Amino acid sequence: MKPDRRRALRAGAREALGVPAAVLGAGFLGYGSLAADAGYSVWLTLAATFAIWALPGQLVLMEMQAGGAAVAATILAVSLSAARFLPMTLTLMPLMRNGSRGRRLWQFLLAAQLVSMTTWAVAMRRFADMDVESRWHYFLGFSAVCIGSAAIFAVIGQLLLGALPPLARFGLALLTPLYFFVTLVGEAQSRTSIAALVCGAAAALALHAIAPGWSLLGAGFIGGTAAWLLQRAHVRRH
Amino acid sequence: MSGATDLWLLMFACGAATYLWRGLGVLLSGRLNPQSALFEWISCVAYALVAGLIARIIVAPSGLLAQTALIDRLLACAIALMAYRLARANMFVGLVCGVMSFIAAGYVRGAIQ
Repeated sequence: MKPDRRRALRAGAREALGVPAAVLGAGFLGYGSLAADAGYSVWLTLAATFAIWALPGQLVLMEMQAGGAAVAATILAVSLSAARFLPMTLTLMPLMRNGSRGRRLWQFLLAAQLVSMTTWAVAMRRFADMDVESRWHYFLGFSAVCIGSAAIFAVIGQLLLGALPPLARFGLALLTPLYFFVTLVGEAQSRTSIAALVCGAAAALALHAIAPGWSLLGAGFIGGTAAWLLQRAHVRRH
Repeated sequence: MSGATDLWLLMFACGAATYLWRGLGVLLSGRLNPQSALFEWISCVAYALVAGLIARIIVAPSGLLAQTALIDRLLACAIALMAYRLARANMFVGLVCGVMSFIAAGYVRGAIQ
């Protein structure tokens, strides 16, 4: 490997080793403990982390499977929870692809599996002052550390749960829901995202009483569409 | 087929269903406008779904958390958010304060009963 490529790879890995890996680690520590509680084997926890690589989707799967939801509804809900990946890869991939020499489509298709909210946000910020070759290696280095950290912490969470006293066990189980609560509510700034949060939560809780197996899909479609319509009505008025 | 095999198959199906969006993004890049109304709707649906998921886990959880009190879970959320804001968007401070207050609430509850 050429030195500048290695440098880009290492720069990505180093950047991920700080806050990104630690924050992801906290989310996946809780995920591992919930997985242990749901009766997952360590292998299933690891495989789900690599195969889905989207914590919300992994939680949707766990929740709906535990609640005995229909298979089709579960797959659809997991997929919809990850719909944000489409605009993310749409904006990220051209930055690594346009003007790259010798790299093939299948390599970009493989790299797409590594895209996550964290990698996307950091890459979009850092790519501005990098050439196409460096971006590719930076992205690989950054993603590898993120996935590695997630996998390690998920296993720790899984093994830790059984070893802790009951009160600490409850704390560990609350970690991931808390992480998402703080992320969602703490970072919702636009009117649309606040509307989607409120509508989604309200729809899920209302539907949970009637049809628990469909409440998350309903929350997405009903809550999301309501938020979208509210936003459009607001834009039209101004 | 055993339940465990079913769960593995379901998990891989969910992985493929998640990958769909990533793969489509590679194939369609340059041909779709990520700022269009359709994308706004898609992101609203995804956002609302995840909000619904978290609301459901906090208000009506299954498993371990079902043995804890609703008011304790809500309190932990409020404290975590407050600590996160006070510490200038520091996730660790938020999470540690939230989890610790949750454990403390559970401890006090156990001591009273």
